[in-house]
Amino acid sequence: MKRSLALLAASALALGGSFAAGPTVPQTVNDSVVTGDAMPRNLGEYGFFLDPAARLPSAALVPYELNTPLWSDGADKLRYLYVPEGAVIETDGDGLLQFPVGTAIIKTFAFGEGDDQRYIETRVLLNRADGWTALPYRWNEEQTQARLALAGARVPITTPDGEEISYRIPNKNQCKSCHSLDDAVLPIGPKARNMAPELLALLVADGRLAAMPQIPRALPSWSDEAASTEARARAYLDVNCAHCHQPGGGASNSGLDLRWEQDDLFALGVNKPPVAAGRGAGGLLVSVEPGDPDASILVHRMNSAEPGVAMPELGRSTIDHDAVTLMRDWITEMDQ
Amino acid sequence: MIRITAAALLLATSAPVFAETHNIAPGEGAQERLQEALILAEPGDEIVLEAGHYVLTDGLSLDVDNVTMRGAGMDGTVLDFTTQAGSGEGLLVTSDNVTLRDFALENPQGDGIKSKGADNIVYYRIRVTWTNGPDAGNGAYGIYPVESTGVLIDGAKVTGASDAGIYVGQSNLITVRNSIAEANVAGIEIENSRNALVEHNIATRNTGGILIFDLPGLPVMGGGNVIVANNLVVANDTANFAPPGNIVAGVRRGTGIMVMANEAVLIENNILQHNPTAPIMVVAYTQQFEDERYNPLPREVVIGANNYGVGGDDPQLDGAEMLVAAFGGALPPVMWDGLGSLYTVPGTAGWSMNLTEQGAGLDNVQPSPLSAPAPAGEFNREGIGAPAELDARIL
Repeated sequence: MKRSLALLAASALALGGSFAAGPTVPQTVNDSVVTGDAMPRNLGEYGFFLDPAARLPSAALVPYELNTPLWSDGADKLRYLYVPEGAVIETDGDGLLQFPVGTAIIKTFAFGEGDDQRYIETRVLLNRADGWTALPYRWNEEQTQARLALAGARVPITTPDGEEISYRIPNKNQCKSCHSLDDAVLPIGPKARNMAPELLALLVADGRLAAMPQIPRALPSWSDEAASTEARARAYLDVNCAHCHQPGGGASNSGLDLRWEQDDLFALGVNKPPVAAGRGAGGLLVSVEPGDPDASILVHRMNSAEPGVAMPELGRSTIDHDAVTLMRDWITEMDQ
Repeated sequence: MIRITAAALLLATSAPVFAETHNIAPGEGAQERLQEALILAEPGDEIVLEAGHYVLTDGLSLDVDNVTMRGAGMDGTVLDFTTQAGSGEGLLVTSDNVTLRDFALENPQGDGIKSKGADNIVYYRIRVTWTNGPDAGNGAYGIYPVESTGVLIDGAKVTGASDAGIYVGQSNLITVRNSIAEANVAGIEIENSRNALVEHNIATRNTGGILIFDLPGLPVMGGGNVIVANNLVVANDTANFAPPGNIVAGVRRGTGIMVMANEAVLIENNILQHNPTAPIMVVAYTQQFEDERYNPLPREVVIGANNYGVGGDDPQLDGAEMLVAAFGGALPPVMWDGLGSLYTVPGTAGWSMNLTEQGAGLDNVQPSPLSAPAPAGEFNREGIGAPAELDARIL
């Protein structure tokens, strides 16, 4: 421990000048902190926000939303993108935007409405010379400071549904569990097909995005009832499950591939027996039994909050009941 | 030149010259202290878990190459996951050249230790126990390396897994030895893997002792080149307690060593006693499948000399009573479904179901004494087992 902590301490010292006076923050984003190899102890060190409470984003940050977001116990999420001055994002079809080194993606998880809103954690993804680094920061009770929570934490929360839960802030490795493909850390959310065209156009107009990506089939908002049940269900699975359930992902050994672009029914779980589900299978024989949601492991695991059964394994302590209903509808509608 | 040689030597032995030791003690904040050490460790470092009882509420994970996690013995350092509230396993390893030794996990809510894509991993004197004994509510796998090249499991002990105690899946170059698998559904299971050596283990009180499976529909298939030798496979008579739907839920209570599909498997010098369904069972994949890459038949399976005691005397099979009576009170020790290719050393007693079609069920069983040819030549042992470098780590 000694050496590693010394490294952290040294990095704090190097920045010490601007912090000695207390909770002031730099007025511009600190590129050397984003691209450096240290793990800053406080969120304030990056200079992403003008105030210590992170309510006022720097003008260099672009707020963004996703058509279909990851569900995290009903947390509200505030997402920001930072691309250094002069750097340009490239496109890769309708997939993940190819961000330049120096990019930061910042996501704050909050619970509560209006004045009662409280920040719980802020997760940052930093694109450094040797790849992406994911770091979790935990907000203090006073909401004045978010400190690095390398080992994660548990925080008592009341969800929007009124459930009292032990909310889990992931540890640094758990960040990677989801954010990893073929052993490299990558962002998950900002895929062109899951972003509003208006936002992409704005980034192009700003010179931050090289070109308008070609998107043959965008993800709908999963809660948009104007979209088909199938499209909504597949959008939800792509965003909430496919980061692990795809070739090269954390659950590749299951053979289940829940990506938006997958069209092989067996790979999507239809009549597919479980591989290593153990008791998670709940006595059911296949991931998806067309016409019979009660016989589908996918529904069973989404409808559980029990560790060892619940899917996703990380990032939720409660059940997304609306999503379970959607999955049931999708499976009920399937050709048998 | 001397300098280069010295540098090469350092690399070759991966000697932790500048390595640090991080000591962790049980007690307040153990979860955070241990997890932080696992994150901040540098390659070559050793994390030492002092003796004692660690109460953990979340899964641990290690993602740094070339790290050793060392406890004070499998009965001295106990990581207790009874109150685990999140994660799918107790410890997840995703980095290469990791050594885990001399500690225990108790009551993980999902799997015990999972290592995925973690090449050249050593599990040495690791214990994973579900303390309530066989129970469908227990986690699936105790020790669970998957999608890895280079796996050595030595001196481990796993009890109570609702799927397999020691499970190696979709991997290559594997040794499982000197380990005890007790009261799991499957004691030791090698699945969709190649070049595996399973030797000098004890498998007892499981539903099935040692399983060598190859299944369709997985990213890695084509299991084979497996040797199962010098194991004590005794009294695997626990009723199957796997949740239905899992492949091992179909394993019959009282199976000693079972091969399903696979290519080139040698079973020799094992002691098989009190496995009431079948001391040795060789069968094709039993279900329908659509995967064109998959061969469902057991091919080139060789039954060498084994020590057969009592067995096959209370088989969990349809028409058991008539079968047992027909064979004079107990089924002979080797059971084959008649599909694929099987070789047995002269003097091996067995019986065949004489099935003619894979996946058609057991409606057309035509039992008869086994008549299998003798092995044509020496079994090719080349390249089977974990790389020697892994042995060197636990000398």
